Amino acid sequence: MKLIFALVTGLVFGAGIAISGMMNPAKVFNFFDVAGTWDPSLAFVMGGAVIITFIGYRLVWRRDAPLYDDRFQVPTSTAIDARLIGGSAIFGIGWGIAGFCPGAAIPALGTGRWEVALFLVAVTAGFYARRLIGATQTSAKAA
Amino acid sequence: METLFTPFTSLGGGLLIGLGAVLLMLGLGRILGATGIMSGIVFAENGGEFAWRAAMVAGMILAPGFIFLVTGAMPELSVPVSPAMIVIGGVIVGFGASLGSGCTSGHGVCGLSRLSVRSIVAVPTFMLTAAITVYLIRHVFGA
Repeated sequence: MKLIFALVTGLVFGAGIAISGMMNPAKVFNFFDVAGTWDPSLAFVMGGAVIITFIGYRLVWRRDAPLYDDRFQVPTSTAIDARLIGGSAIFGIGWGIAGFCPGAAIPALGTGRWEVALFLVAVTAGFYARRLIGATQTSAKAA
Repeated sequence: METLFTPFTSLGGGLLIGLGAVLLMLGLGRILGATGIMSGIVFAENGGEFAWRAAMVAGMILAPGFIFLVTGAMPELSVPVSPAMIVIGGVIVGFGASLGSGCTSGHGVCGLSRLSVRSIVAVPTFMLTAAITVYLIRHVFGA
């Protein structure tokens, strides 16, 4: 049941990504291209997603535990450190170069486009590169 | 390259993305972060941690086909950059997102909804560097 639930959850998330325009790099570039062919659509994606998640999380957290596990596992760190800021800054640069982010590229794989597979292989290489430089790796499961 | 302003479908997609995040918290008690899910598959510590992430990814990949069955059209996806840019951007995305413990889904959707201090710092950071990157590529280097 747990795995079927996870599969359906992925399908709902992926359908949202597909409908929203997030998996279309042309749209992602234009969202950021305020000085050029600006298309503010993706602000509505984040707005809609955060509204539902903000309310939904608070309803879910009234429970003692999730349906298929014994506890909620939410990150507790509040450290604003160089890794957080540097890593986020670096991520944004890559997003601006390729036009895909991981959450958009995974569902986009289902369109069968080879560019998406190429991107995800490169992302995986980036994960390994991050492991090579950091002996104290704690971030892999954080978010 | 111009893209259409799509506030309604983008909002609708955003609502579904949020629903996916809420469902994962309800069912498995986890944050829906694509970077964490992907790296959890690549660096899986045990079968149980691998299985639910693999099921989610399978659901996500099925999403464009599901959209096709419902609407008769695949989601729009145009990649206006070279394969080299996809590879370079992808490696940077993987490196940065794992160093910064999250991307658009983990920090963006889930972190902002939790009012996580780290995400409130991370999201404007990667939005800003993405916008600067797109500006430099399009308007300074003229690609």
